[in-house]
Parts: sequence; C-alpha cells; structure tokens
Amino acid sequence: MSMSTPQIWTIIVLLALGTFLIRFSFLGLVGDRPLPPVLLRLLRYTPVAVLPGLVAPLVLWPAATDGAPDPARLAAAAATLAIGLVARNTLFAILGGGATLYAMLWLVG
Amino acid sequence: MTRSNPKSLALRGARDAAPFVLVVVPFALLFGVVATEAGLNIAETMGMSVLVIAGAAQFAALQQMVADTPTVMILATALAVNLRMAMYSASLTPFLGAAPLWQRACAAYLMVDQSYMLSVAKYETEPDLTLRERVHYYFGTMILIGPAWYVASLVGALVGKAIPPEFALDFAVPITFLAMIAPMLRTLAHVAAAATSVVLALAFASLPYGTGLLIAAAAAMVVGATVEVLAGRARA
Repeated sequence: MSMSTPQIWTIIVLLALGTFLIRFSFLGLVGDRPLPPVLLRLLRYTPVAVLPGLVAPLVLWPAATDGAPDPARLAAAAATLAIGLVARNTLFAILGGGATLYAMLWLVG
Repeated sequence: MTRSNPKSLALRGARDAAPFVLVVVPFALLFGVVATEAGLNIAETMGMSVLVIAGAAQFAALQQMVADTPTVMILATALAVNLRMAMYSASLTPFLGAAPLWQRACAAYLMVDQSYMLSVAKYETEPDLTLRERVHYYFGTMILIGPAWYVASLVGALVGKAIPPEFALDFAVPITFLAMIAPMLRTLAHVAAAATSVVLALAFASLPYGTGLLIAAAAAMVVGATVEVLAGRARA
C-alpha cells in the first residue's frame, strides 16, 4: 500500500472512534427507547449487505493474478461458501477454503 | 446458591465464552498476518486490533487501504460493517442501561458478536439477575476473548513477515469474508440481500472511490428488509 504513516493512523483512530460511537449509541446516549422497526430491520442486514459486495470483485478479479479470474481461487471461494453454508461454522469454512486453495494451486501449478 | 455473588457471574461469563477463544485466535492471527503483509507495521496493526476490536471491519478497512481507497470511503465501508452493533447497543440497553456511565462506556468498547450474543441469551433465560450480576457476566465473557484477540493479533503480526508469497495469503481475506458470510445466510431475506450486494458491487465496480460498494450495500439492506416484510406477510 502507498499510504503514509499519518494517513494510516488517521484511518485507525477515526475507525476506532466511529466504531465506539456506534457501540455506545443506545447504551450511552439514546438510552432505553424503542427503535423504529424499519431501522431495526435495515440494521439487521448490514453485514450481509456490505461483505458480499466487498468480496465479490476480490474473488472474480484477484490482484495476485492481475485481475484475471483464477481457477484455484474460484474453487477455494466456492468451497468456503459451501462448507460455511452446510456446517454453519466460520472456522471450518476458512480451513476448508484454505485447503482447497492449496490443493488447487498445487494441482494447477 | 452461587447466584448471590456477582463475581461468580463473571466466572460463568468467562466459562461460557471460553469455546469462542478457538474462533477468535485464528481470526486475530490471520488479521495480524494479513495486516503485516499489506504493509502495516506492528504498532499500526496492534493499534487497529486494540482500538477497534472488530474483526470484519478491520479486514474491510485493510482491504481498501491496500486498494488505496480514499480515507472517507474506507471509513464509510468499515463503519457500515459495524452498524449492526447499533442494534446490539439498542438491545443491551434494557439490561445494562442503568449501570454507571464508565461501565457502559467499557461495555461499549467490549461490544463484539460474542459478548453481545452470550449476554443477551443469559439475560433472557435468567430475567431475575441483578444489574451487578448482568454487568459482571458481560465483562466475564470478554476476560478470555479480549486478551486472546490482542495477543493473537500480535503473534500474527510478528510471524507475518516470515510467510513467503507462495502461500497465496492474498486470498486469506476473501476466504475469511466468505466464511463469515455463509453462516449468516439463514433466511431468504439474507440471501436476497447478499445476492443484491454481489450483483450491484460487480456492476458498479468501475465507479470511483468505492462508491459502487456503498450503493450496492444500501440497496442490499433495503432488499433484505423488504423481502423480510414480504415473507412475513406471506406467512401471516
């Protein structure tokens, strides 16, 4: 990465502050007031709305292959997702995805 | 009865959270390794792990830092990942809202998926716990997980440099994200939100400064919430 040290620390500190404010929001500031159901419903989908979009280009166009789709990485992604769906376990999915990646890299070369 | 002693509630929190150390340690190790590979030094890596303590957001920020995304967009994406914690904060308030401010501030700092889920489950199954007992249980859940997160991040950062590029660690971040996403796809609404996010993020990938991802995420949240309402109506 080509970021300067002050730039990196700016991101770290602001991310820490923002994250704290989100965590402190109701507990510390708003108090025990019911949330509008619409807002609760939207908040429920934040992780599943952000992370898949973040990961999709990384899977299809990996930087390590200069953006060319790569069979080993595609297979590893598919295996991770499949294991995660079946086992409902993040750790198993990471291990299975990693094993698939190394097996494919070794096979394909 | 151990119930009268709040300290024993801290121990029970620690015990209930103990299995999650096995989840937190590899995750933090990986963060340390990937952060080092991305070019962060040990102080920066640890600064992030200690000040932010939110794995998914840290990985998201890191990914965008590598891609030289502007600071504002990095913060918007990583904080969007953490928005779910506003929901945690709201749902903990009926149980911990009467605690002193400094305790609530500490509880906010230590609010992670595990402390939230274990504590709310505990408060709901044992509604007659006192405020002190609830507070002790909450902090108890983080007695092991918190230090495990810091130490494993540090170990990862220390060994990260020694890992050669043949290990294809570039793909550790996508695999980790996918492994986090898959167990979240519990309902049709979650699947619809994830699919929307993927399709729109790819369609808008050429938009500058990561704006495509933010558009995709906002649309995906609306799709998820809408499908939930429609599915609820279909059941009713």
